[in-house]
Amino acid sequence: MPNLNINGTEIEVDDGTTVLQACEMAGYEIPRFCYHERLSIAGNCRMCLVEVKGMPKPIASCAMNVNDLRPGPEGEPPEILTVTEPVKNAREGVMEFLLINHPLDCPICDQGGECDLQDQAMAYGVDTGRYHENKRAVEDKNIGPLIKTEMTRCIHCTRCVRFMTEIAGVEELGLIGRGEDAEITTYLERGITCELSGNVIDLCPVGALTSKPFAFTARPWELTKTESIDVMDALGSNIRVDSRSGEVMRIMPRYNDAVNEEWLSDKSRFIWDGLRSKRLDRPYIREDEALREASWQEALNLVSSTMTSIVPRKAAMLVGDLASAEEIFALKLLAERLEWKNLDCRQDGTILDPQYGRASVLFNSTIEGIDQADAILLIGANPRLEAPVLNARIRGRWALGQLQVGVIGAQEDLTYDTHYIGASAESLNQLEQGNVAFARVLNQAKNPMIIIGKSALQGAEGMTNLIMAARLARHYNALREDWNGFNVLHSAASRVAGLELGFLPTETGIGTNEILNQAKLDQMDFIYLLGADEIDTSALGNAFVVYQGSHGDKGAVRADVILPGCAYTEKSGTYVNLEGRVQQTNRAIFPPHQAKEDWAILRALSGAMGKPFGFSNLNELRAQMYTSSPMLAKINQIERADFNEIIALADQDITGLSNAALSPCVENFYLTNPIARASKVMNEMSAIKYAQQEQATGTK
Amino acid sequence: MLQDKDRIFTNLYGLQDVGLAGAKKRGSWDSTKYFIDQGRDWIIDEVKASGLRGRGGAGFPTGLKWSFMPKGSDGRPHYLIINADESEPGTCKDRDILRNDPHHLVEGALFASFAMGAHTCYIYVRGEFIREREALQRAIDEAYEARLIGKDNIHGWDFDCYVHHGAGAYICGEETALIESLEGKKGQPRLKPPFPANVGLYGAPTTVNNVESIAVVPTILRRGSDWFGGLGKPNNTGTKLFCISGHVNTPCTVEEEMAIPFKELIDKHCGGVRAGWDNLLAVIPGGSSVPCVPADQMLEATMDFDCLSGLQSGLGTAAVIVMDKSTDMIAAIARLAYFYKHESCGQCTPCREGTGWMWRVLERMVKGRATKKEIDMLFEVSKQVEGHTICALGDAAAWPVQGLIRHFRPVIEQRIDQYTAQSDRHGAVRDYQAAE
Repeated sequence: MPNLNINGTEIEVDDGTTVLQACEMAGYEIPRFCYHERLSIAGNCRMCLVEVKGMPKPIASCAMNVNDLRPGPEGEPPEILTVTEPVKNAREGVMEFLLINHPLDCPICDQGGECDLQDQAMAYGVDTGRYHENKRAVEDKNIGPLIKTEMTRCIHCTRCVRFMTEIAGVEELGLIGRGEDAEITTYLERGITCELSGNVIDLCPVGALTSKPFAFTARPWELTKTESIDVMDALGSNIRVDSRSGEVMRIMPRYNDAVNEEWLSDKSRFIWDGLRSKRLDRPYIREDEALREASWQEALNLVSSTMTSIVPRKAAMLVGDLASAEEIFALKLLAERLEWKNLDCRQDGTILDPQYGRASVLFNSTIEGIDQADAILLIGANPRLEAPVLNARIRGRWALGQLQVGVIGAQEDLTYDTHYIGASAESLNQLEQGNVAFARVLNQAKNPMIIIGKSALQGAEGMTNLIMAARLARHYNALREDWNGFNVLHSAASRVAGLELGFLPTETGIGTNEILNQAKLDQMDFIYLLGADEIDTSALGNAFVVYQGSHGDKGAVRADVILPGCAYTEKSGTYVNLEGRVQQTNRAIFPPHQAKEDWAILRALSGAMGKPFGFSNLNELRAQMYTSSPMLAKINQIERADFNEIIALADQDITGLSNAALSPCVENFYLTNPIARASKVMNEMSAIKYAQQEQATGTK
Repeated sequence: MLQDKDRIFTNLYGLQDVGLAGAKKRGSWDSTKYFIDQGRDWIIDEVKASGLRGRGGAGFPTGLKWSFMPKGSDGRPHYLIINADESEPGTCKDRDILRNDPHHLVEGALFASFAMGAHTCYIYVRGEFIREREALQRAIDEAYEARLIGKDNIHGWDFDCYVHHGAGAYICGEETALIESLEGKKGQPRLKPPFPANVGLYGAPTTVNNVESIAVVPTILRRGSDWFGGLGKPNNTGTKLFCISGHVNTPCTVEEEMAIPFKELIDKHCGGVRAGWDNLLAVIPGGSSVPCVPADQMLEATMDFDCLSGLQSGLGTAAVIVMDKSTDMIAAIARLAYFYKHESCGQCTPCREGTGWMWRVLERMVKGRATKKEIDMLFEVSKQVEGHTICALGDAAAWPVQGLIRHFRPVIEQRIDQYTAQSDRHGAVRDYQAAE
C-alpha cells in the first residue's frame, strides 16, 4: 500500500488508486470534467492537473496511478501538491480554454444551476475573458425526443460517448472530426433508442445534452425534490421526483450502489408526462353503455352493494403492476371478509407462488451479486427490456471478462455476447444432461446464475420450467450457503410484494388464466381490477367490473365503476423489488381532483359495507401489515430466502418439457404500463423504435 | 565535415542500384548472422555505447529505450514499430531512406526486433508517401525472397515485417497515436503511463523508433560503437541527416557529422544563404515545432541537441529551415500555428482550444490588427498550452509562437504601430480599440 504526501499530509492508499482519488481521500477537492467514477478514464479535459515533486510537467491526476509515482531520492513518499501557484495557473488556463468557445448562454441554458462548468468556473476560473475572436458554433444534432442537444456548449469531455459504449453497450454516440472541429454526434443522426440513453443528460457536465421534455420548463432551484422509488420495472431504482406547483417536472436517479448505481432507464426517467394525461380524476359509473361522473358516495355504495350480493365463487380480484403493498394488503383484507378466493397478483399469468418457498420467487443472487457471477443462464428472460439497469450491470460484469452468458428463449440483442442454446424449454433438459457446450461453462463456473423470466413461467409449462431451472441450479452447484444462483426476473414493481402478502388464489380459488377463461364464458359475475390493465379487458364477459387506478387505460374503458386512485408519485407506498428489497415511495405531489390514495379508497369501501377496517391512517395500516408480513417492516433491507427451498423444489416431479419456442418477453419496452401508454414521449419513442426495426428488417 | 568513408546512407540520392544486389554491394546484409549470434544484450550494449540518440525529434537514447523492453516474455508478443509517418514541416530525411536506402531500414528492423525479442515489426508509413511505401515494400519483398527475413530465415530469428499505410494525419506520428491508428482506431494519443514498453500495440510491450534511428543500427554494429561514438561530440554522437530548406541556394538533404557548425553546413552543402550571410534573418533548426533562432545566435551554433537547446531551441528532426530578410516572420509563424491548429486531434482541452486561439491572434498580428498587450497574452496562452496536454503536440504548437515573441517582439510591435497609424485616418482602428 503506497504512502503519499499530499500537500504535506501523509496518507496511505490502496494499490491502484489514482492520484485524484488519493487527493479526495486526503480532503483536497480536485476539479474535473471528463473523469467519472463509473466510466473509463479519458484524461482529456486537463482540469485535474496537479503538481508532483520531481516531475517536469503537471500531471493529470485522474489518469495517474499512485503506483506509478516514484519515491523521492531518500525513499520518502511521492509528494503531490494541489494548492500551489502552478496548479492554480494550470486550472485557470484550462478553464479559460474551455470557456473561449463556450457560448456562455447560461441565462437560457437548462443546465444553469446544476452545471459543472458554471460551478468550476466560479471556483477555479478567472473573472474576465481575453478571447476576442469569433466563437465556434456547432450544428445541433437531432438525437430523438429524449435528449436536446446544444452542441456549441459541448466541451468534448466524451463522458456521453464512454457511457453509451461502455455501460449501455450501444455504440450510438461518437466523436468525429479533429482539433477544434471535433464534435459529438450519433454517426447517422438517428434517434438514440437505447433504453439507458437518458443517463447522458446527467453525465454531461455542461448544457450540451439536456432533457428535451423538461426543456425550458423550470430551473432546478425552483423544484421540490422528493426521494422516491421507481415502479416502471421490478428493480426498484432509487429516484428523486422533482416537482413544482403540484406537477412532476422531472425524475432523476439517486445513488444506490446495491440497486441502480446511479443509472435510470429511459422509461423511468421520462415517464412523467404520462402522470399528467389520461388521469382518472373522479369516480364514474356506467349507465346505458356510457360512463357518467358520480360522487364517491354513490360509487362506493354501488360497489359495496354489488360486492356483498355476489356469490364468492363467481367473483375475482386482480392486482396490476404498479400497486403498492399497502393497497394489496387492504384489498386482501376485503377479500378475506367477503370470503372471496379467486385472487391473483400475477396478471401476467405466471405460476410463481411462495408456497414453493420464498426463494422460488426472488432474485436470490441479488443485484450486487451479479458482480460475482461467472456464468449466467437466461431462460425466457430479456433483462435489456425488462430491467435495463440490471442488464447494464450484467454487461459491466461481462466487460470485465470471465463471464459467459447463455440464452434459452427468443434470440435478442442484449448488448453483450451470448451463447444461444435454444428457443424452447427443451434445451433445459439438454443442459441438465450436459449435451450442449454451455453445460461446460456452467460446470466450471464458481458462481453460476440461473435467471428465469416471465415467458418461461407462463401457462401450463411454467411449473415444469421452474422446477427444471431449480434442478439446473442444484446440478451446477449454484445452491450453497454462500451463493444462491437461482433467480427470477420480475418485470412488475408490485409483484414481489403481492406474492409476499399472499395475494393468490386461496384453497379452491382460481388464478388469472382461469379467471379470464371463465369470464369469457360469462361464468364470472364480478371482477375487481386494482390497476390491472395488462389483461384482455375486452373478454371479461358480462362480469361487473370495478377498476381502481390512476389512468384511463384498458381497464377503465371496460369498467362499470371507476374509482380514481393515485400514481406512484402521489402516495407513500411500500414496494418490494425483485431481490426482495423493501423500499418506500414518498408523496411528491397530490393526486388530481377527487382521486384518493388507494388504501383509503379500500378503507372507505369497507366502511360502505358497514364494517370499516381497523385502521384509519397509513401508519395504522402499516402496523397491521407488518404483523402479518414482518419482512415488509425492514425498509431498505433484503430478507434472504433459504436456498434449501430451491433444492426441495427441484425434487418435485415434472411432466415433459415443451418444445414450443418461448415468446419474446416484452413486446414494446416503451408502453408496458398505463402511465407509459399515457405518456406522449413514450409513444413517440415507441414509434421511432418500431419504425427503425421495420427499416432494419424490411418486414412489418 | 563528414568524410565519404564515414557515410552510412551511401545511396541517399538514389544514384545507384536501390535493390538488394546494390544494397549488398554497399555493405548491407553482410555478416548479419554473425551479429545476431552475438546475442540480444550485445546489440543493446553496442547501441548504448554508440551514444545514438533517437532521430525522431526528442533525442532519447535509443539503446536505453530498447533496454526498457521486458527481458523475457510473459506470454504476450513483443512488437517493434518503426515510425515512418514523417510529417513535420521541413523534414524529409526518412523519405529519402525509404526511397533509396530501404535495406538499411529492413536490416536495422531485424537487429532491433531481435534485440527486443520481437518477431513482428510494423512500419507505419505516412499516408502521402506512395512511392516510398512501394520502394520499402519492394525491399521487404526482396528480403523475404532471399530469406533474409521471414519464417526460418538464414539468420535464425523468425521475423515478419509489415508495412502499414497511414491516412495522412500528423498526430499519427506521435507514438501512442500511431499505435491507436495501427490498431484501427482514431489516431489520438494515449495517456502515459503505462508506456508502450509495458502496454503498447494490442496491449503488448512495444517500442516505437524513428526510421533513421533504426536504419543506422546495422552500420553501427558493423563498424563498431567506437566509430559512431567518435563522430560528433560527446552526448551528440554519430552522423545525422540534415534537411535544409528555405532561403539557401541549393536546398538538400545531406548526411553530416553531428555538431557540425551551422555555417559550415550551409556553406558546404547548400551554397550559402540566398544573397549572402548578411541577409540571414532567422533559422528554425529542427523542424517546425522548435522555436526559431535569430541569425546572430545561429551563426555561432553547432548542429547538435545540446547546443541548440542551449539556445532555447532544439535539434528536433534536424530539418533546418533558413529564412532570409525577405521573410515576414509573423506570417511564417502564423502559418505554422495554422498547421498545428489543423492537426490537433481535439482530444484534450488546451491543445484543441489553444491552437486555434494562437493562430487567430497571430493572423491579426500579421496585419498588425492587435494591441500590444496581446503579445503578452499570446505568450501566456502558449505557456498554458505547453506542458498541459496529453502529448507533445501542444508543446510543438506553443514553441514556435514563444520563439517568435522572444526574438521578434519589436517586429510585432512595429507592425501594430504601423497598422494603428495607417488606420487612424479612416477611423476604423480607433473603433476597434474602443470596442475593446
